[in-house]
Amino acid sequence: MQNPWIYVGIFVLVGLLIPIAAIAIAAILGPKKPNAIKQSTYECGIETVGDSWVQFKAQYYIFGLVFLVFDVETVFLFPWAVSLNSLPLFAVFEGIIFVLILLAGLVYAWKKGMLEWV
Amino acid sequence: MEFWKDPITTIFDSLLKSFTSGGMTEDLATVLIYLIGILAFISFAMVLDIFLVWVERKVVARFQDRLGPNRIGPFGIFQPFADIVKLLIKEDITPFGADVVLFNLAPIFSLMSVLLLWAIMPFAPKMVGVDLNVGMLYLVAAGSIGTLSVIMAGWSSNNKYALMGAFRTVAQMVSYEIPMVAALLVVTVLAGTMGAVGIVEAQEAVPFIILSPLAFLIFLISAIAELGRSPFDLNEAESEIVAGFHTEYTGMKFGLFYAGELLHSFTFGGFIALLFFGGHRLFGLENLGPLVGALIFMGKALFFYWVIMWVKYTVPRIRVDHMLAFNWKFLTPLAFILLMVTALVGRIFLHSPWLAPALFISNILIAWLTIEYLKSHARKERDQAEASGSAPATATQH
Repeated sequence: MQNPWIYVGIFVLVGLLIPIAAIAIAAILGPKKPNAIKQSTYECGIETVGDSWVQFKAQYYIFGLVFLVFDVETVFLFPWAVSLNSLPLFAVFEGIIFVLILLAGLVYAWKKGMLEWV
Repeated sequence: MEFWKDPITTIFDSLLKSFTSGGMTEDLATVLIYLIGILAFISFAMVLDIFLVWVERKVVARFQDRLGPNRIGPFGIFQPFADIVKLLIKEDITPFGADVVLFNLAPIFSLMSVLLLWAIMPFAPKMVGVDLNVGMLYLVAAGSIGTLSVIMAGWSSNNKYALMGAFRTVAQMVSYEIPMVAALLVVTVLAGTMGAVGIVEAQEAVPFIILSPLAFLIFLISAIAELGRSPFDLNEAESEIVAGFHTEYTGMKFGLFYAGELLHSFTFGGFIALLFFGGHRLFGLENLGPLVGALIFMGKALFFYWVIMWVKYTVPRIRVDHMLAFNWKFLTPLAFILLMVTALVGRIFLHSPWLAPALFISNILIAWLTIEYLKSHARKERDQAEASGSAPATATQH
């Protein structure tokens, strides 16, 4: 096996192709009789009021931000975890301090009330 | 019999020989063989998916004291094929004002993200699509495409319910990725590698379920949340927001979301088997050959698929604030404490016979301390609530 990412690339292409083929077959076989009522937005039988792209809670955004910090952190932690057994004990403590700093960030957000759903 | 020892390589070599003898360059032949192999592999996954629809319907029927599909074929096993024909000849409705490109891409990405995970699934030592050295990162990355597809579907549908489902997804699927990644980090520390094959090899002596039962629990819970299955099915809560992100989807596009969800559950069952239960190993039975190993692996994956279903049809849906508090205030700190302890204990007891007992005991200790802390915390809150005169039930709502 020369380059494993060639395999992954072909996998992505075929993985895209199969669902596209399914939708294409359905588009050929299925009936096409659109009308205004059929295509209207479904809201339990009540007519839609206003725009569908509504304002949303800022809370979602805050959780997204907290997530981002931890997600970037894991990218740094994976190499540390892989090479842990060949590193000196000092490096283990370095990694632990790194995680502790991030947990301190989590505790800060917690104490600030950022993790409350209001 | 060379074939039974290493079927994939045998087929690969014989195909390569016949292709190159016709005057084709070796690179082109390799790519072509990859293409054929992947097409066969994904077709197998899709057939399995059809079978899973039947399993799901039959098992949920049993959980709910019904019979389930039993008309078409023996035990209703051909019911999913009838479903597919029905989905194919349904009209495909695109709602007014929908973002057509994203609306059509979302179900495609949903299924693709699941199929991508199959590229690194090691059924047996030599029956693996590709052994990436960054396997666990690949697992997280491919899983994120599924989250993205849900957000795309909710945003592009031009429907408030769908949009609400997408928002909930942002809060939920994204949050539960953190403890899942931490559990994967624990496994990486124990195995010393990110590759799926290497992780299975590292469980030669002791499966990781014994070295780190807590990581298994964290992974199971966050995997269920990632799948968006009950008790974490807030993004498609039927009784609250119609069908959540796929409210506006009809016909085959809905079918793709459904198929993607079922195959995702099975795939995560497979990953639980490979990360914590030794993959294709079962008391030496795997020595009979890679095909037997693959069968054992599928059996384990089906078992954990069943466990996920068992949870789904037993536990009621939890509230959105409880779901977030459970993740950020409990699961995430616990997962990172577990990671630190595992790294430290694993490094101190490296190459020592006490490694397995030390890790097991440290896990039990963490679990015990957590339970004790939760108990005392709950007692304190109850006392406070009683002192202030409010009902104890409201005390848990922060």
